[in-house]
Amino acid sequence: MISQEAKGGGGILTWLTINASRILVSLFVPVITFLVLWQGFIFLRDSQASQIVLILVAIVWGVGGVAALYLLANWMVEQLPREWTRRLQPFVFIGPGIAILGWFLAIPVIRTLLLSFQDATSTTFIGLANYAFALTDRVMLEAFRNNLLWMIFGTFFCVALGLLIAVLADRSRFETIYKAIIFMPMAISFVGAGVIWKFVYTYKGEGSGIAEIGLLNAIVLALGGQSQPWLTQPPWNNFFLIVIMVWLQTGFAMVVISSAIKGIPAELLEAARVDGASEVRMFFGIIIPTIQGTLLTVTTTILIFSLKLFDIVRVMTGGNNGTNVIANEFYIQRFTYGNPGTASAIAIILLIAVIPIMIYNLRQFRERRAF
Amino acid sequence: MAVPAQSLQPQARATRAQTRSLKGQRRTSGLVVNGALILICVLWIVPALGVFITSFRNSEDIFRTGWWTVFPHQAYTKVSEIKLDPSVDTTAPIQVEGITSTFEELRNGVVLPDGRKLVWFGNRRTRLIEVFGQGWQGFDTNLTLENYQNVLTGREIRFKDGQGNEIMRKGNDLSGAFLNSIAVAVPSTIIPILIAAFAAYGFAWLNFPGRKFLFTIVVALLVVPLQIALVPILQDYTRLNLNGTFLAIWLAHTGFGLPLAIYLLFNYMSQLPRDLLESAFIDGASNFTIFTRLILPLSIPALASFAIFQFLWVWNDYLVALVFLGDKTRVVTSALAAIVGEKGQDWHLLTAGAFISMLLPLAVFFALQRYFVRGLLAGSVKG
Repeated sequence: MISQEAKGGGGILTWLTINASRILVSLFVPVITFLVLWQGFIFLRDSQASQIVLILVAIVWGVGGVAALYLLANWMVEQLPREWTRRLQPFVFIGPGIAILGWFLAIPVIRTLLLSFQDATSTTFIGLANYAFALTDRVMLEAFRNNLLWMIFGTFFCVALGLLIAVLADRSRFETIYKAIIFMPMAISFVGAGVIWKFVYTYKGEGSGIAEIGLLNAIVLALGGQSQPWLTQPPWNNFFLIVIMVWLQTGFAMVVISSAIKGIPAELLEAARVDGASEVRMFFGIIIPTIQGTLLTVTTTILIFSLKLFDIVRVMTGGNNGTNVIANEFYIQRFTYGNPGTASAIAIILLIAVIPIMIYNLRQFRERRAF
Repeated sequence: MAVPAQSLQPQARATRAQTRSLKGQRRTSGLVVNGALILICVLWIVPALGVFITSFRNSEDIFRTGWWTVFPHQAYTKVSEIKLDPSVDTTAPIQVEGITSTFEELRNGVVLPDGRKLVWFGNRRTRLIEVFGQGWQGFDTNLTLENYQNVLTGREIRFKDGQGNEIMRKGNDLSGAFLNSIAVAVPSTIIPILIAAFAAYGFAWLNFPGRKFLFTIVVALLVVPLQIALVPILQDYTRLNLNGTFLAIWLAHTGFGLPLAIYLLFNYMSQLPRDLLESAFIDGASNFTIFTRLILPLSIPALASFAIFQFLWVWNDYLVALVFLGDKTRVVTSALAAIVGEKGQDWHLLTAGAFISMLLPLAVFFALQRYFVRGLLAGSVKG
């Protein structure tokens, strides 16, 4: 009622005098909230308390703090005249999200761009020198070549195997079991997967009385071959690393493709079957054309993924023996050599590589007219 | 009525015959299909199975024999010894057990026609030949939980290497890392959901200037590689003295997860029926009440999808933890990576550690697979 009158004629001033006590509370509550949150922050940053206590406080403080800030902001906005509530409330809802996106993703694009023109101390501008390094240095060229291998072979095998398994499993009674097994590695970290495959590839060396404990070498020996240090022989070691990604990501491709196949109308397939179409013809004539949109999405997702690939190479070889990739070189430049300039240039190159996909996404989004 | 029914009959019979032949065809192709799938599944499982089995074996056994030897297999076991007479010239071919072979051959092992194997023991002067017979070995029951104890603790640990030497070293404290991972993953999952849910509601149901422009930015940020953010954010954190704190990594994960979260939740919330919200408005409910009482409960499937996605992503993340938490506060991935880096051949610790790191994500994954798949299908492009 009061706020409506205020909106009608008296203006903010009369409203202020009427609501003096309310204003006081409005100032008091936020101050208390911020003080409590600040104390929690100081405690977490500097405390030496036991780990479990710290973790519990951390979870309560982090989650409760965010919820409290929303409640508080909303409460404050709702104290305002209704017209102002209506105008400001959307920003209570989207404000924090936009602020964090701005801080963590949008503004860093510009800041990284600026840093990429500066030297290792981030103080003097050196023009395009970092890009010249990033695009011509021998190590970088090797990383580009390897990323290309990852993107071509990794993506191809993930999508092809995913498609194969999805189509085959669709005809089996035990579909769910097969799919659960292939999908399982999606839950595992790349570091964990790295350990699993490092153990498969492990190599002890030659000599009498040495038994290979790595599966791959044991198989090679059983077939009458020579055991090999698989991860140290370029360029083949790249392919042994790519196998790990295929193992991890095929499940993703399979699940997405499988649901697209399930979406193909059963009558369509049945009609083709009755007409006597062979399974192969049905695959190329009906299934592939119907799901090509899905195939494109899956392919681009895995392409982006292999472009940014870091963990597997970091854990398995550290990028040595000709297995370096762009994201690992970014890490090395920034944290081993301490050169934010070159690291930023590499990050910008990664960004440029995904821009076509970004534009495609935006166009898709506009076409769907979700707004 | 009767006439059309009669005229339909032959056709019906034909279709039945056709389906029968189709079924027969399917049964034969079913063998091929299932066979191929089983082969692929075996390829998929065996590497993980190796780690799982190895994690329960004694360290001494792990270094000496492959993990597959825990299964019943044929193996050579020592049955007897032959001590050569001092008069035998070991530099010339030696006659033993009905065959003639040189010292070098014997040292590498010679298989007799009856399947037994002769191996020279030690150097030339031992004059000792061991005879191995082939026999079946059953399941290896010599299993232990010691590896798990050793990798979980932060105290001194002891284990035996392949030669049987006892080794002492400081434990890797994976239990501490496990707790740290929980402390990182739980808020890093809930905070972005909370913020994204508010934002998605704002974008879907509230009107404000710049709405379309801001959402376009959210869509564009979906694929931005997070490497873009690491250098500047690290500068900020150094200035704010935040490096190595939980708050730092929560904020980072929140920032990197938000585009996908807002996008997914927006897609879901904007599909909710309009009348539902309008009637709530007419009843005088405020936006905040509608959001907390109506929209949030209705959006639980979408919230769950993203929650699982984000939880798995954060739990399995290595890069962000490495950059913002560093070596002082290790999460499971960085602790595991540290074991790989420091002592890459400690398979008893590595395998147990790897399995511990997978426990929670696998449990979450299998319990909530339905939601996870839905999230994957809704939008899978993440920066």
